[in-house]
Amino acid sequence: MKKTVNLTINGRSVTAEVEPRTHLADFLRDDQRLTGTHLGCEHGVCGACTVIMDGEPVRSCINFAVACDGTDVRTIEDFDDDELMAHLRQAFTEEHGLQCGYCTPGMLIMARDIIARLPDADESRIRLELSGNLCRCTGYVGIVRAIRRVLAERKEVASV
Amino acid sequence: MKAAKFDYERPADLDGALRLLGGGGDVYAKVLAGGQSLGPMLNLRLAQPGLLVDVTRIPELTRVEDDGEALVLGACVTHAMIEDGKVPDVTGGALPSVAGAIAYRGVRNRGTIGGSVAHADPAADWPTALSALGAEAVVRGPSGSRTVPVSEFIVGVFETVMGEDEILEAIRIPKLSADARWGYYKVCRKPGEFADAIGAVLVDAEHSVHRLVIGATNAAPVTIADAAEVLGGNGVPGASFDLDAARRLVDGADTNLDDMERHIHAVALKRAVEQVAK
Ligand SMILES: Cc1cc2nc3c(=O)[nH]c(=O)nc-3n(C[C@H](O)[C@H](O)[C@H](O)COP(=O)(O)OP(=O)(O)OC[C@H]3O[C@@H](n4cnc5c(N)ncnc54)[C@H](O)[C@@H]3O)c2cc1C
Ligand code: FES
Ligand code: FES
Repeated sequence: MKKTVNLTINGRSVTAEVEPRTHLADFLRDDQRLTGTHLGCEHGVCGACTVIMDGEPVRSCINFAVACDGTDVRTIEDFDDDELMAHLRQAFTEEHGLQCGYCTPGMLIMARDIIARLPDADESRIRLELSGNLCRCTGYVGIVRAIRRVLAERKEVASV
Repeated sequence: MKAAKFDYERPADLDGALRLLGGGGDVYAKVLAGGQSLGPMLNLRLAQPGLLVDVTRIPELTRVEDDGEALVLGACVTHAMIEDGKVPDVTGGALPSVAGAIAYRGVRNRGTIGGSVAHADPAADWPTALSALGAEAVVRGPSGSRTVPVSEFIVGVFETVMGEDEILEAIRIPKLSADARWGYYKVCRKPGEFADAIGAVLVDAEHSVHRLVIGATNAAPVTIADAAEVLGGNGVPGASFDLDAARRLVDGADTNLDDMERHIHAVALKRAVEQVAK
């Protein structure tokens, strides 16, 4: 039987009827037409479906929409005007941080969380924190370089 | 894949949750906590319950309390809360270091300590770590509450002493003395993966604790509660605890492992003990 959920998605207040078995990613993509969130494995391993819930990255494929009642969800579409995300997008472009783009929404959301949470992260810490996001194209070197670059540039700005 | 059809309820309190679990008749009801193990199992249709009872908003299950001798963590406290020090640490760093090496940040933000213990996956971290720390599981059922050491709570692969109408309410973690020493070594091929082998050791001489645990076997974690002698006379691990000594312990335990796996477990145990010896 369908259940009513109320949640905030990208700043909008949303009320919807959902089947309990619908996971958050399908709800975002099929019901809300927010297809920036990608689905890879659908069992929590690849990180492609990562979104922000109540300020923290979570995997939208193993959280059911019905259980997200009352939460504040942000998908990649909500970061168009985000200053840090704009910085990351540019660094990903210039450092070859993406090729096919399938992993990229999840990578960007995770990268932003790493930068905000761990401003002093070095390369090995970045790699550790990224270990839950799989990329089949880039070999990770460009992604890690992009994150390091944004971290370094932000540090420089902060110290001026 | 997509999950098969199920119903969903989110009771406001423990009694409501117990009623839903016990009163279903022919409906197979299952507790939903962080969903980080159950979610994949539902999507893969390895689990097909008729009803999920979401316990994450029940105040008793998110409480954090100091009862004097121990830290009591509600079952729904997340790995990330423990990793970030949002709950007190009474173990000299053992709790946050174990939490931080579970899965990935996105999983740790949702996955709970109680869910991990109730799930009883032998390859998971909390069953082994909490057995070594001497923690207890507080279980609530229709006829009241009982407390069981985590080392006895898990009885097999994905198997606990809990009935289907019971809920794991909290984990009680005894405070360690200031000079207690902790060793934990997880063998996995990629950070954040489930373990191939875990060795854990706690030496808390002040409380006469010398405990070893062999984890991530094909059985429940094996707790060696009285390891003072094997660790070397007065229980201070010395050179005598070499790979052969570790291997003898693994060989003597009921782990259902082949020769190569037993070697890996002996190495994990030895490396855990090395951390304590330093
Ligand atoms: C990609 C990935 C990697 C992972 N890697 C690791 C790892 O390296 N180490 C590790 O330890 N774990 C790992 N996990 C598992 C993770 O730690 C889970 O969070 C945890 O095992 C289950 O907790 P949960 O709150 O999500 O429980 P759920 O998935 O909600 O529930 C799990 C089971 O426990 C039962 N249950 C839950 N809570 C209760 C309760 N309070 N009372 C009674 N029954 C209950 C449920 O009915 C279900 O059967 C990983 C998970 C994923 C997706
Ligand atoms: S699609 Fe969610 S983790 Fe792979
Ligand atoms: S860019 Fe293709 S998977 Fe990462």
